[in-house]
Amino acid sequence: MELANIEILLEKYEKAETSLQEETTLRNYFTGGNVAPHLQEYEYMFNYFANSKDETYTRTIELEPKKSKKRNLKWLSVAASIVLLLSVFIGKHEYERYQAKKQFAQISKGLMLLSSNLKKGEKALASLHIYENTVNKILK
Amino acid sequence: MKQSDFLKVVLPFKDKVFRLAKRLLVSTEEAEDATQELLFKLWKSKEKIADYKNVEAFAMTMTKNYCYDRLKSKQANNLTLVHTNYKEKETSLDKKIEHQDSVNQVHELIKDLPEQQKIIIQLRDVEQYDFDEICKMVDMKPTAVRVALSRARKTIREALIKKHNYGVS
Repeated sequence: MELANIEILLEKYEKAETSLQEETTLRNYFTGGNVAPHLQEYEYMFNYFANSKDETYTRTIELEPKKSKKRNLKWLSVAASIVLLLSVFIGKHEYERYQAKKQFAQISKGLMLLSSNLKKGEKALASLHIYENTVNKILK
Repeated sequence: MKQSDFLKVVLPFKDKVFRLAKRLLVSTEEAEDATQELLFKLWKSKEKIADYKNVEAFAMTMTKNYCYDRLKSKQANNLTLVHTNYKEKETSLDKKIEHQDSVNQVHELIKDLPEQQKIIIQLRDVEQYDFDEICKMVDMKPTAVRVALSRARKTIREALIKKHNYGVS
C-alpha cells in the first residue's frame, strides 16, 4: 500500500469514517514494521490495539453457584435455630423448676402453719383426755 | 440448554468480555471476577439466551453495565485507586524497549479517556466490531458513537505526538 493512500485512510480514520476493512488495511501497514517516520504515533497505537487483543481470560469457567458460601450460611442458620430452640427449652425448664420451688416453699409454709395450729388443738384435746380419765376414776 | 451448548455459545466471546472488563476496571483480578460473574449470570438466564439472536452483543452490553455498577460502588473506587500504578504485562512481548514504552503509553492514554470513549475505542479498535453492533452495545446513536470514537483517536494521537516531540527536543 502506498503512503499517499495510507494518509488518506488515516484522515478518514481520525474522523471515525473508515470501514472495518480499511482499518484492517491500516493495521496491516502499521504492524508490518515498515512505517514512515512521520506516522510513528500510529504505529504505537495500532501495535497496542493488536497486542491488547492477545489477552485472554485464563480462569476456568464455573457455572455452578458458589455452593460453599451459601451452604455455610444455611448450616449456620440451622445451628442458630437449634441453639435458640435449646435455650428456650432449657429456660422454660429452669423457670418451671423455679416456680415449683416457690410453690413448694409456699405450700410447706402453709402446712407448717396448719400443723402448728393442729398441735394446739391436740394439746387441748389431750387435756380433755385427762379430764375424762379423772372422771372415770371418781365415778368407779 | 445444556452446559456444553452454553459453553459453545460463550467461549468465542469470553475473552472480549474479559478485555472490556479489564479496560474499564483496570485490574486483572477485578476483570476476572467480573467475567466470571457475567458468565454465571448468562448461565442463569440461559432460557432467555436461546431466544436472543446476538448473544455476544447482549453479553457485551451486560459487561458494560456491570462494570459501570462496579465503578460506581465505593469498593471498586478504592480498588481502582490501588491499581493506578498497575503495569501492563501482556504487551511486553515487543522487542525494543523504547518502542515498548510508547506502546504502553497508549495504554495509559486510554486509561485517562472518559469511560464512554474507553468502551468505544475498545470495541472498535481492539475488538473490531461493526458500528451497528457498537451502537446496540452502548445504546447510542451512530453519529454519537462516531464522534466519541473520533475524539478518542484524536486525543490519543495528539498526546503521543506531544510526548514524542518533547522527548526529541
